[in-house]
Amino acid sequence: MSVWRNQMRTVVLAAGAAAFISMAVSPASAADRKYPALGAAATPEQIQAWDIDVRPDGLGAPAGSGTAPKGEAVYIEKCAMCHGDFGEARGRYPVLVGGHGTLKDQRPEKTIGSYWPYASTIFDYIKRAMPFGDAQSLTNDEVYAITAFLLNMNDVIDSDFVLDASNIGKIEMPNAANFIDDPRPDAQAVKVADLCMKDCKPEIKVLGRAVIIDVTPDKGGAAAKAAAKEAAAEPAAAETKAEAAPAAQVAAAPAGDADAGKKVFNKCKACHVLDSAKNKIGPSLQGVFGRTVGTADGFKYSKAFMAAKDKGMKWTDENVAALVASPKDFVKEHIGDDKGRTRMSFAGLRKQKEIDDLLAYMKQAGGQ
Amino acid sequence: MKKAKSPVTPGNIQTKQSIGSSEPVVNSSRRRALLAGLGAAGGAAAAGLIAPARAMADPANLPPNVADWSRVLGPGVDAYPYGMPSKFEKTVVRRNVEWLTATPESSINFTPLYALDGIVTPNGLCFERHHGGAAEVIPEDYRLMINGLVDRPLIFTLDDLKRFPPVSRFHFLECAANGGMEWRGAQLNGVQFTHGMIHCVQYTGVSLRTLLEEAGVKPKAKWLLVEGGDSAGMNRTLPLDKALDDCMIAYSMNGERLRTEQGYPARLVVPGFEGNMWVKWIRRIEVGDGAYMAREETSKYTDLMPDGRSRRFTWEMDCKSVITSPCPELPCRKKGPQVIKGLAWSGRGKIARVDVTVDGGRNWHQARLEDPIMSKCLTRFYLDGWEWNGDTAYLQSRAIDETGYVQPEMAALQAVRGVNSVYHNNAIQTWRINPTGEVENVRLA
Repeated sequence: MSVWRNQMRTVVLAAGAAAFISMAVSPASAADRKYPALGAAATPEQIQAWDIDVRPDGLGAPAGSGTAPKGEAVYIEKCAMCHGDFGEARGRYPVLVGGHGTLKDQRPEKTIGSYWPYASTIFDYIKRAMPFGDAQSLTNDEVYAITAFLLNMNDVIDSDFVLDASNIGKIEMPNAANFIDDPRPDAQAVKVADLCMKDCKPEIKVLGRAVIIDVTPDKGGAAAKAAAKEAAAEPAAAETKAEAAPAAQVAAAPAGDADAGKKVFNKCKACHVLDSAKNKIGPSLQGVFGRTVGTADGFKYSKAFMAAKDKGMKWTDENVAALVASPKDFVKEHIGDDKGRTRMSFAGLRKQKEIDDLLAYMKQAGGQ
Repeated sequence: MKKAKSPVTPGNIQTKQSIGSSEPVVNSSRRRALLAGLGAAGGAAAAGLIAPARAMADPANLPPNVADWSRVLGPGVDAYPYGMPSKFEKTVVRRNVEWLTATPESSINFTPLYALDGIVTPNGLCFERHHGGAAEVIPEDYRLMINGLVDRPLIFTLDDLKRFPPVSRFHFLECAANGGMEWRGAQLNGVQFTHGMIHCVQYTGVSLRTLLEEAGVKPKAKWLLVEGGDSAGMNRTLPLDKALDDCMIAYSMNGERLRTEQGYPARLVVPGFEGNMWVKWIRRIEVGDGAYMAREETSKYTDLMPDGRSRRFTWEMDCKSVITSPCPELPCRKKGPQVIKGLAWSGRGKIARVDVTVDGGRNWHQARLEDPIMSKCLTRFYLDGWEWNGDTAYLQSRAIDETGYVQPEMAALQAVRGVNSVYHNNAIQTWRINPTGEVENVRLA
């Protein structure tokens, strides 16, 4: 957000939006343009909707506020499945908390508290990019609250601190003073004119070899896998068809539109895959229809889903539909966990058509 | 054009580390089995090497016989409305290193440099780096907004952008983290993985200066926020003087429209600066009087030094080079003449000279640079006439740019920066050719 916008907001408040718009497209300013026919004046409404950035001095911070306790509730629901309940992170997702005093260590831990120089960056980033796969879905109050929670977890502010536009630009981050401007070019031991060309070294000493470390992806990689899959696909597909025929009579053909469902699945794919057995933050959904709940190979399930597994609960169409409609309610009502505890932080699909479309797509793309 | 001395041969260098035959070059019995199965004479399976489709030629296709393709009709025109590489080149693809990142939507893959000639990267092989997956922007619904400290906030359609006077230029794009896994030692065995976060294409678009002049930048302005339309809303701060110098909003690469994964329908081009700033699917440029300090220029893309302080705004890509053949993916199959070729580049201008050694830096030979040599663009170099006699050899290249900057050894970089700075590793790379002909990534003292 710009100085311009703040100034103009005052103008708008004083003179009214209509006066402002006419000013923005005044003929005098258009005459200064070399190509006035190209592009149009951006309206205040357009700018306000897209201009979401927040600068270190707090410029651009929107109305709203939040505290750490409020933020914790949102964080547990929408962030913890990747970043961990305490910001310790799962898998290779970013660690958000801790790491103080580690920057000179062999393995420094760069977190919000130990590394980030500005509090505004937390708000700016969450607002535009989080939750991963459901960006720009949080309200400004929620973003303030999560930011306050993360600052509190890193001992930067107290838990009763009310974070808002008036103070986000004044928070001092622990590592702020430790950033310096780029001094490169550096590491220039020898000038071009002095470069040795003959008999420069008495001996060659090998310090290390990549083949000993042995972390290079296997040969062929994705291409080889794809080729192998291609080769295996045809007979496998034929078999599946033959076997699937009787099952199709039991479960009615999905009423949904698989193409539309592909778009709905975009909300799921940050955490789930359909086309392989790979678990991400959530379990693989390959072949999920008909599978016993809690049995994706190698996935660590929460208590509620393990209880459902023990009961022999299956992923029928109805159960999948109920889960995607509201994971919390599903865990409460279908599994019987009174608090609806699940790590699946997805609010749920409200429209029946979305659910039908999603199921149709999931079946087509590997779920069945 | 520089002339190379030729021929050059490596001395029979004894190393402190044993390179006796008992030392397994490839520590995998599966690979040895593959070798046996292929019946190949030389070492054909360095780690990461993609095995050819077939080990030996079929005599039925060789003279005095006449191959089928010389007798029968091939596919007609339009059999492939958009042409693809030969099916025999299927293994030449971008590849990733799965353990590097949490999820492929926020990840990176690598350009197969070993398989490429010249200086232009084919569009489909340009490495990808996404922060929220590749956005599929509908071209009719694409908009670019310029707001902030300007006389006239403007919004452009894609058609508007294409109606401005176009400019076309060749530039490399290198991720600041290219080589970032190699700070502590040789780790990945393949030039695709050690140096593949780079590509070089011809961009066509409109000069960013032209667009900023249309909006009218106010005198107080010093910085731009550039922001993508992807689900990460990728944002970076760009200094205004760079924006007015040589940046552009590109809508084409190598003559065709941008690929989805490269920012279709429009991306920012910031010649010589780290790839993270080349915002794809660009939706907004805000002009301001202060830096924005986005996540990608504070938490990431800052370089941690041994004293615990971090360098920020490390935009320029230092001068660098690498030998792309031979390399772990392209072993020396036979003794005798070898093609030594490589790429050199600098974010500060043109490449002035490249030196190549085959004996680990004991003796250096000036490489032949191939035209065209352009600013902030890949330059192809060759060392002609090298005969490999079957002894262990250590290949390196050292680039020098027009500012007089000399590509450093890793020890010189580490002396200043330690091993935790992640970004901007432009150290000299060593490939060891073993007596078997296999080539591996090693770190020399």
